[in-house]
Amino acid sequence: MATRPRLAVFKFASCDGCQLSLLDAEDELLEFAGAVEIAYFLEATSAIAPGPYDIGLVEGSITTAHDAQRIQDIRAQCRTLITIGACATSGGIQALRNWADTDEFLQAVYASPQYISTLATSTAIADHVRVDFELRGCPINQFQLLEVVGALLQGRTPRVARHAVCLDCKRNGTVCVAVAQGLACLGPITQSGCGALCPGCDRGCYGCFGPALQANPRSLSDQYLATGHGPAQLLPLLRNYNAAATAFREESERIERLAGAGD
Amino acid sequence: MDRRKAARTITIEALTRVEGEGGLSVRLSDGAIEDVQLRIYEPPRFFEAFLRGRPLREVPDIVARICGICPVAYQMTAVHAIERALGAAITPEIRRLRRLLYCGEWIESHGLHMHLLHAPDFFNLPSGIALAEQHPEAVTRGLRLKKQGNRLLEVLGGRAIHPVNVAVGGFYRAPKLEQFAELVPDFEWGLEAAIEATRWAAGFTFPEFTQNYELVSLSHPDEYPMNEGRIVSSRGLSIEVDDYDREFAEVHAAHSTALQSERLPARTPYLVGPLARVGLNLDRLSPKARRLADEVGIEWPSQNMFHSIVARGLELTHAFEEALEILRAASQARPSRVPLVDRDGEGCAATEAPRGLIFHRYRVRADGTVAEANIIPPTSQNQRQIEADLRGFLPTVLNGDDEAAALECEKLIRNYDPCISCSTHFLKLQVERT
Repeated sequence: MATRPRLAVFKFASCDGCQLSLLDAEDELLEFAGAVEIAYFLEATSAIAPGPYDIGLVEGSITTAHDAQRIQDIRAQCRTLITIGACATSGGIQALRNWADTDEFLQAVYASPQYISTLATSTAIADHVRVDFELRGCPINQFQLLEVVGALLQGRTPRVARHAVCLDCKRNGTVCVAVAQGLACLGPITQSGCGALCPGCDRGCYGCFGPALQANPRSLSDQYLATGHGPAQLLPLLRNYNAAATAFREESERIERLAGAGD
Repeated sequence: MDRRKAARTITIEALTRVEGEGGLSVRLSDGAIEDVQLRIYEPPRFFEAFLRGRPLREVPDIVARICGICPVAYQMTAVHAIERALGAAITPEIRRLRRLLYCGEWIESHGLHMHLLHAPDFFNLPSGIALAEQHPEAVTRGLRLKKQGNRLLEVLGGRAIHPVNVAVGGFYRAPKLEQFAELVPDFEWGLEAAIEATRWAAGFTFPEFTQNYELVSLSHPDEYPMNEGRIVSSRGLSIEVDDYDREFAEVHAAHSTALQSERLPARTPYLVGPLARVGLNLDRLSPKARRLADEVGIEWPSQNMFHSIVARGLELTHAFEEALEILRAASQARPSRVPLVDRDGEGCAATEAPRGLIFHRYRVRADGTVAEANIIPPTSQNQRQIEADLRGFLPTVLNGDDEAAALECEKLIRNYDPCISCSTHFLKLQVERT
């Protein structure tokens, strides 16, 4: 029998939710654990095997000088490197610091800020090393994760949809919350993956899976601005869990300039 | 050569099967403990700083991202605190649905910790996956139990990790009652399986290690504490949540990116979590969980932290029994959320996360934004107690070699189900002997 591919799971600045998605695949976990050798996964096992690894899953963003070095070492250890989740693929919610004064943040949260070492930015893994596949979501969709790892094991290309959430609402038969209720919804510019959960709950999409392929954020926010939504509403909507993803970042900065010009 | 006096440093690379990454340093000199530091170097993410100026209605979505394992605890505490700041009162139906959602999280979190993270310690195995090779029925039961919690979170919250349906004032959409009915048969199985899991855990061999804990939890006159109550302790404390700051303080230690909490005025450690909750609220457990508590051969309140896996089992049982009651009796919540009127205000709330008491305070502005946020997670409250426990525990394991001693320390820490992502990466156990 051929040796099983060796899998490692690494964590950077994050909430643990994306790696938990693997443990949350209750029906598939034991089978999955049989198909690969779980060589390094601190949250799940005390058995730690040294690299190199065939597949590395990386959760979290880079926020410290130490982590910027650690991801280089991890890249060198992993044949295929997959980032999982909004933190690893775009910097996560903690990338809000990229627009703020990090020293001031430190003083706001910690009584003795001199004990904390942190970078002024939170950045995606791909900003530091080559990444072989990026899996989006805050959190990721566990079925997409199983698909990506399964495809790798079979030596084929992963099938992960890149269309917009908007299309999923049509498929689900969900009445459009932007048209029918006038809510600001990011569904037209956000990548599919969640199943269009928020419109299904009578609220607008807030962009957990980041920008969809060929998204046109400018056209969408112009429409919302023309129909009574102000910058104070659109700016935080675009600037949250995927704030630093290029299409969302550029549009939020445009809105910010518009708001500034209107003052 | 006497190992206890040997001058050497031993490092275990990673403390595992905990959420998030941190470290432990123990310094010994001539066999005596000089210093014990639970080091939390999970990089800071500054939630309290970037919440300032954000729309208050997105707070439940944002604070969920503090922790992928207990997002509901953050959401619940935030919505209660902000509703108090706005003077909004929720309906009894919304209150019941929030308890139901919390039951889902307790089931998912306790089911995961008991079976996949903690139980392997009692079999000297490295993981739940290794345990599944020897005891497939137990691990399969654990996975199925946990799955029920996640299904409930999906039905009520939209998804299990970072639910989307929680709003300030209630829920964005009322749940579909027919989906509740579909959950009932599996929850009936879950209740019986949770009882079995608790009996299984109660049969483990526990180290004789008792401490004199000040147990701290919420307490409510007629229900097991989740979303509200007074803050009480085993030493007679009983205060309104508003007075939290008068009795508890956060301090910042050099070895941690988490703030540690202590009891005022004596600046002593205290214990939050399942062992404290069961100890202080035994008679408010659901009927089956209460009977089970008498049957498992542990005298409650227990001062042995290794009993925490049994306490988790009792709470797992309670959560299934209470969830079943709510699922069966649920009526349509209309409206699914109460209207909010923005104003300048301040409000705090405490709820019971799977890992223990969690406290939030918010100041909000009339323009519907957050002016100030303060969040105190359970693990930072337990951090001082973990260090104190290790000081008491180390002498009992120092006769073995350093590697074995370090492994036993890891097990002690795992009793706490520490969530390091919450409290602010790499849990590294380092024993330094000089």
